[in-house]
Amino acid sequence: MHLIPLRVSKADHTKKDVDSMAGQTLYDKIWASHVVKTYPGGDALIYVDRHLVQEVSSPQAFAILEEKQWKVRCPEAHIAVADHAIPTKHRDNMLAESLAARQIARLKKNTAHHAMPYIPVDDDRHGIVHVIGPELGFTLPGTILVCGDSHTCTHGAFGSIAFGIGASECAMVFATQTLRQHKQKSMRVILDGTMGKGITVKDVLLALIAQIGAGGGIGYALEFAGSAVDAMSMEARMTLCNMAIEAGSRVGLVAVDDKTIDYVKGRALAPQGANWQAAIADWANMKSDSDAIFEREVSLNVSDLAPQISWGTSPDQTLPVTGKIPDPHDEPDRLQRERLTKSLSYMALSPGTALEDVTIERVFIGSCTNGRLEDLRSAASVVKDRAVAQGVSAIVVPGSATTRIAAEAEGLDVIFRDAGFEWRDAGCSMCVGMNDDRLSEGERCASTSNRNFEGRQGLGGRTHLMSPQMAAAAAVTGRLTDVRELI
Amino acid sequence: MEQLTPFSSVAAPLLSNNVDTDIIFPARFLLILEKKGLGKYAFSEKRRGLKSDFILDQAPFNTAKILVAGLNFGIGSSREQAVWALVDLGIRCVIARSFGEIFFSNCFKNGVLPIQLDGDEMSAVEAASLGQEEIFVDLSAQHLRLQSGAEIKFSVDPYGKRALLLGLDEIEMVLAEDSQAIEAFEAERKAQTPWIVGRADQLAKPEK
Repeated sequence: MHLIPLRVSKADHTKKDVDSMAGQTLYDKIWASHVVKTYPGGDALIYVDRHLVQEVSSPQAFAILEEKQWKVRCPEAHIAVADHAIPTKHRDNMLAESLAARQIARLKKNTAHHAMPYIPVDDDRHGIVHVIGPELGFTLPGTILVCGDSHTCTHGAFGSIAFGIGASECAMVFATQTLRQHKQKSMRVILDGTMGKGITVKDVLLALIAQIGAGGGIGYALEFAGSAVDAMSMEARMTLCNMAIEAGSRVGLVAVDDKTIDYVKGRALAPQGANWQAAIADWANMKSDSDAIFEREVSLNVSDLAPQISWGTSPDQTLPVTGKIPDPHDEPDRLQRERLTKSLSYMALSPGTALEDVTIERVFIGSCTNGRLEDLRSAASVVKDRAVAQGVSAIVVPGSATTRIAAEAEGLDVIFRDAGFEWRDAGCSMCVGMNDDRLSEGERCASTSNRNFEGRQGLGGRTHLMSPQMAAAAAVTGRLTDVRELI
Repeated sequence: MEQLTPFSSVAAPLLSNNVDTDIIFPARFLLILEKKGLGKYAFSEKRRGLKSDFILDQAPFNTAKILVAGLNFGIGSSREQAVWALVDLGIRCVIARSFGEIFFSNCFKNGVLPIQLDGDEMSAVEAASLGQEEIFVDLSAQHLRLQSGAEIKFSVDPYGKRALLLGLDEIEMVLAEDSQAIEAFEAERKAQTPWIVGRADQLAKPEK
């Protein structure tokens, strides 16, 4: 197995051991500025600045308000949008009596009742919550942002504390604009080096998760730092923070720099005038102090990475594309051996098979992980002047209408369509499999989404996670492919 | 929320690691708008066919109030349906080597006690579970008692403990106790950092 250099600090520090005058992490700073009340034992009631609301996790939360006759405390701190269950084609024909239509109608009714901003399905600003939040300037540095969706960590790319919550907590935010929370420990993930040709942030994250495990970040807020992070675009940083939850961390974040400020400037809900000047003055401090103490630190040099592909049913079951399917017999630990065997059985793969010999039937390019303009551009660069392999069905689902319109202005839709891809409307689509975009039993998919769990993309479906370029390469060859051979 | 009083039950062993919330409650059932009656969809993929051999469908575990799990139980999606479905099946306590954080937090909102154990203590619980023994759960005393008489201490957040024991509603408590503190916080925030105040109402567009 190709091992990536990874350093874990020998002794995990605890903050109690160090001088209380030590510097603060970015997470510490944002947390401290949002404490409404501290409880005995250290938990705090924290103020929530922003809440993104979608159709799946909100109906039961609104029902709690209705039952108790509570009001939404600050309607203007929320944006609601239907993204999970929404069809990505033939929306006009959506059956009025379908469960998805009922769920979307309920969101519309609930938001109207509470005077909460709602973005309709046919609006040019519609899209996946984690794509439109930043696009609208709703996501801002130094804020606390939540959503009833685990990939809310995406917004941490802007130097905010952003995390997923359950529906009961959504109701708490509606009614009180606060949450009672336990402070996370801090882990710094240092990414140094330069990504080689054909390597993207998705490969970096998959390699990291393979190293620290799907539960490796539980209890920690992950701050991503290092020269590779400094060099990343905001879109890449969103992909980076988005996958923190696949390492078990509710929170991923990156310090604010000029790129962050340039991205936010001028967006519909970004501060303006004097408020903008005050905001950027505050944001200059949205980084960890040089003497800040992290309880844990890991580092990864991205220079030597090969493109990564998940082969199993957890994101940590990932290998370089040049690898071979592992043999459970080589695994000394009984539980790990059983897990490998079970994953291989679900994925219908035999030990020793080269990943590049595995054929696929479906390709999905999209999701809150990889459905942004840069992702579509990088996939299109591989697809251009090539055709989707025979027997493969491939779709591109932009993360938002804004992304779709921008991609169409560049002609990306034409490149994909000419190659045999379907070009769809925005939504979560085949990442969560709640609409008609699902795998059939036994189908194998090259996917740019974030979870390869059993049944995630459809009952009995088999998911291989990878970057947009790698998914594009698989589409044109019909098998898992090292994109470096095509570019 | 139903109060959690001391109880005894067999404990269903679901010992594999990384049982994610997609396995506990598959996404296609998330279209349901209610939170009651979701038990029949729990672990749906594992309970296919006319006669399910899934552990929670097998006597004596079909009446279990305790679930014993491995590492990272409830990892992944934030869907609270995973907890609602377990509650509907009668589960009031999950004992695992570790938990997905959002699932862990969702448990306390729904009268379910999550207990994290490891080492010999967890091995003893696993053995008791596999041996179909009844386990006694006493949150007040913060211990489990096995049939052998062995007592296993567990830790729990004091606030979560109180909420479970008394069946408290967190939102009601905050509205009753902290409304003034929230108002004061908001006033100061508006004065100090006016740029942070939400203004999503400005998104409204005239009707087409």
